[in-house]
Amino acid sequence: MSDQQQERSNVGLVDALYLVKYEVDEEDSHLKILDVEVCRKCEDRPCITRCPAEVYLWNEAEDELEVAYENCLECGVCRIVCPYDNIEWRYPRGGFGVAYKFG
Amino acid sequence: MATDVSNKFDVIVVGAGLAGLAAAHTCAQAGLETIVIERGTKPGTKNVMGGVLYTRPTAKVFPEFWKDAPVERPVIEQGAWLLTSDSAIKLAYRSQRFADDPPNAFTVLRVKLDKYFADQAEKSGALVICETLVEEVLTDGDNVIGVRCGRAEGDLYAPVVIIAEGVNSELTRQLGMQTDLKLDDTASVVKELIRLDPKVIEDRFNLSGEHEGTTIEMYGDATLGMLGTAFVYTNKDSISLGVGFLLSQAVEAAQTPYDMLQRLKQHSMVAPLIEGGETGEYMTHMIPEGGYNRMPQLFGHGVMVVGDAAMLVNGIHREGSNYALLSGQLAAETAIEAHENGDFSGKTLSHYRARLLDETPILRDLRKYRNAAHYVESHPALLSTYPDLVSDAMYEMLNVDDVPKRQKQWEIVRMVLRARSLVGMAWDGIDGARSML
Repeated sequence: MSDQQQERSNVGLVDALYLVKYEVDEEDSHLKILDVEVCRKCEDRPCITRCPAEVYLWNEAEDELEVAYENCLECGVCRIVCPYDNIEWRYPRGGFGVAYKFG
Repeated sequence: MATDVSNKFDVIVVGAGLAGLAAAHTCAQAGLETIVIERGTKPGTKNVMGGVLYTRPTAKVFPEFWKDAPVERPVIEQGAWLLTSDSAIKLAYRSQRFADDPPNAFTVLRVKLDKYFADQAEKSGALVICETLVEEVLTDGDNVIGVRCGRAEGDLYAPVVIIAEGVNSELTRQLGMQTDLKLDDTASVVKELIRLDPKVIEDRFNLSGEHEGTTIEMYGDATLGMLGTAFVYTNKDSISLGVGFLLSQAVEAAQTPYDMLQRLKQHSMVAPLIEGGETGEYMTHMIPEGGYNRMPQLFGHGVMVVGDAAMLVNGIHREGSNYALLSGQLAAETAIEAHENGDFSGKTLSHYRARLLDETPILRDLRKYRNAAHYVESHPALLSTYPDLVSDAMYEMLNVDDVPKRQKQWEIVRMVLRARSLVGMAWDGIDGARSML
């Protein structure tokens, strides 16, 4: 997990995600925002509040949505809750992403 | 992929979950050249469920699995708790009959379990390839002819492709067999595995040893009155604690899924059960909840859809793993029939749907509850007003003070009528009967 992740709001969640094993795909994010402008205008930004892993974070300074794809647990909620179909959602490449120990 | 491996198979199965492994195991047993393609590092590493595995449906695919499969505890007691902020109305059914050999159900952890089922499929002759994502289904006109994997020389061909890709149903939608998932179609569930000493678990849940386990489903305050459930399941040396709700409800929730789970852990009815436990893993998964009305097209020319990808989950009765296993098996039997006849058209593969209808209760049960979720969602009093009323009524009747019982009864009646009119309650009941019976 990167330093930027340490700054995320929910300390408990950061600890919980430390317990999760990931094979991070350093080359490629499997989550892509199609149009950053759409997110600026989005009122509720349910991707931020509905993601169980806080992958999405609003960066006030940059006025932009940050996507910490390396924390993604691949549930698929963000794509469904996005009111503007603005998330291009794919599975990570084969062998990458979350690797649960218990499930 | 090694070059000495042919790229032509009798059956391609996409996904090594319960549905996919049941399908692959059954096909391979019949002598079909079968390949399972899994994107995780091992079968099971992407998979999460509560989870309860029902013995009889599972044994239809993997006979006597319980003798050596890595199951957790037999479920001998099942509880349902209606929570308010500080109270719980508890209902439980416990029977030694559930402990008979074999027991009715087991608690399980999917990573271990799926690996075991994958091993069985491999022993039957199926080839299980991991770390490989199927990116596309290959078609020729209306016929599915194979899959494209995300690796070099990744095109594989078979006259039958069984799609067991799970709830996100990428390929099923790509084929036009399913439309985009909406907020009403899935539930978001978060879960923690909490490590505890087996002896502590047995004391807290009134169990006499490792051969006994319990499940508790929680409603009402457990989900802040939203349409959903929370659960506590006992494993051998851990507890699975989770909470989930329909996405259409969750979008309006004030709390994130993680915070909802932490809130549940601190609830006065739950905290003593997990006290001293240590979180071993935090997980999430979606559950398909669209039911009968949102099932995809289950078959086409050269293709069948099974398990979660086919929306085969009965949320009311907590059934899904059994539907996955049986649908995988029935799709496999249909694939075997197709190979015998040399006909892989939708006409032959439609027998898969016929089998689901005739040989299992799956489609009949899903049809019975096709409007159940909508009923609960459109009657919000069920999970908020009513739990509070029942709790207050119980409290009044059990609280010994100076008030005579007759007066207490009238106060309860007045309290109930203030909260919900007789007509309102009547309609809640009538609508409920219509959607559940």
